[in-house]
Amino acid sequence: MLKYLARRLLASIPVLIAVTIIIFTLVELAPGDVADRYINPEISYSEEALQAIRERFGLDQPAPVRYIKWATNALQGEMGRSYISGEPVLTMIGRRLGNSLLLMSTAMAFGVLVGVALGVFVGLRQYSFWDVSLTTLSFVGISLPAFISGILALYLFTIHWRIFPSGGMRSVHTAPSVGDTVYHLILPAGILSLGYIATFMRYTRFSMLEVINSDYVRTATAKGLKRRTVIWRHTVPNALLPVITMIGLSVPNLVVGAVFIETIFSWPGMGTLYLDAVGGRDVPLIMGMNTVIALVVLGANLLTDLAYGLVDPRIRYD
Amino acid sequence: MTNPTPGANAAPAVEPAATAWASSEVLDLAEKTPASPGRRMVRRFLKNRLAVIGLLGLIAIILLAVFAAEVQRFPYEQMDLRASKSPPSSEHWLGTDRIGRDIWSRTIHGGRVSLAVAGSATLLSTVIGLTLGSLAGYYGGWVDMVIMRFTDVVMTLPAIVIMITIATFLPRTLTTLVIVIGGLSWPGTVRLVRGQFLSFREQEFVTAARCIGTPNWRIITIHILPNVIAPMVAMVSFTVGNAILTEAGLSFLGLGVAPPTPSWGNMLEAARNLEILQQLPWMWIPPAILTVLTVLFVNMVGDGLRDAADPRMVM
Repeated sequence: MLKYLARRLLASIPVLIAVTIIIFTLVELAPGDVADRYINPEISYSEEALQAIRERFGLDQPAPVRYIKWATNALQGEMGRSYISGEPVLTMIGRRLGNSLLLMSTAMAFGVLVGVALGVFVGLRQYSFWDVSLTTLSFVGISLPAFISGILALYLFTIHWRIFPSGGMRSVHTAPSVGDTVYHLILPAGILSLGYIATFMRYTRFSMLEVINSDYVRTATAKGLKRRTVIWRHTVPNALLPVITMIGLSVPNLVVGAVFIETIFSWPGMGTLYLDAVGGRDVPLIMGMNTVIALVVLGANLLTDLAYGLVDPRIRYD
Repeated sequence: MTNPTPGANAAPAVEPAATAWASSEVLDLAEKTPASPGRRMVRRFLKNRLAVIGLLGLIAIILLAVFAAEVQRFPYEQMDLRASKSPPSSEHWLGTDRIGRDIWSRTIHGGRVSLAVAGSATLLSTVIGLTLGSLAGYYGGWVDMVIMRFTDVVMTLPAIVIMITIATFLPRTLTTLVIVIGGLSWPGTVRLVRGQFLSFREQEFVTAARCIGTPNWRIITIHILPNVIAPMVAMVSFTVGNAILTEAGLSFLGLGVAPPTPSWGNMLEAARNLEILQQLPWMWIPPAILTVLTVLFVNMVGDGLRDAADPRMVM
């Protein structure tokens, strides 16, 4: 087990290095740099002045040197400062990460719970009225992108019925309170959870049907166990095993944030921060965010595999 | 209580189709000459009501996009400032935008752009996926290791993050969009194809081909690849669905198709403006409905194809 853990951790190092090099190269190949941002169109800049800006950010050095520099600093937990705001990258990420976590974990928790519950419900009633209607609805759910349901929700709930605020995390005029944040959270989180509900319902239903038709469940029924026992002791726990993988695969979304929903509802999360970072060629911020995201993805994958081993003793690591 | 009947899990998602599948199997057995797998797949597909609805809907949308120039009432770029912001009428079926361009024309032309981008991106992604997947699966060893490690790296960052990064830096052209979407959607295909090749390369017909001296590229393309087509078909349709959504998403963020060329995504982007969202709903509702319908139809077809290709799979 420890050996497996060590091997997995070692294996993720080259992946991490490759990811950062790829992102660095992408940013490097892009036309334009941060100096463009400092250009005031009303003043003509001499090439010298631009060069001075580049020197200030160390951009006069060749790219490989800059990457090595960045990597050595990053290894010591020093992700540098944003070219644009001058703040430490980690501080900026920290501030936005909490907001994204709040939004995404609410949406995911609600979506996974409802989706799994519905999946178990219809899985036990294959081809019933509920099964056919909910399965068809889930089809619409997976085909409806967040930016369309988001716009629609904004139009209906904010403009038409005026039930929910149009965006942001808190009202401007009132003192910040938990109730106020929840009020702002309901609409974006609700929209985001729709996708999770549809995905997890389909997945759980599929898994339920597979288990229900397996030999050991038939045996359990045949030996006269109560229906309740068959369902809750033999079917559901086993059917939920593959759902763990799905949850694990969704964990990275917690830190990536929801670019579209954050944009539509002006939610100050990681998604909008990344759009700003890329738009402003803010290399330290771009690199920092990608490193954080890659770390979370690799960690989530590892945790998923480990969790799977905990709940399913048939799986061994060696 | 659901009776665990044999074959119950082997049926597609909806009841009529399920019974249809069972009876088509019976039919197959009753026939004197067994139908070819391809024929059986087509027949199973046609008995799946949702899948057929999806296919018909999709054909309708594609026809509308292909014949956009014939169906349009006005050229999509023609401004008519006297008729700006007009609601749907007999003149302008879906109304006009702020500079008086006809929304009906823009929607069908936008569909043309969106579908073309999604189609080309899917083609690119499928070619990359098939090539890398078959090489990795067929040769194994270090070729497999290099390709799969590379796939792992690409899969580590969520595709949307890399797409946003590249799309911001490259010029806003259709080619950029195709490269960005197609160039990053292949990891799923690689895994699928590799898995298929791993199982096929151990089978007798491959060994036989090798024994009579068939070159590797011939074994890959003529002997194994045709067997991979059935599972690939469904994969391709889901790639198309995702590509449509990605194009719309990137255009929505202002990173996709550049105006004045219309696409469903950049028509939706207009709804980020509060005035348009509030007062000109006819500007964004048509592309929204068409995007969702197209993806829905594509997914329905994909689901039907998967059930038809492999009746044991339900999802």
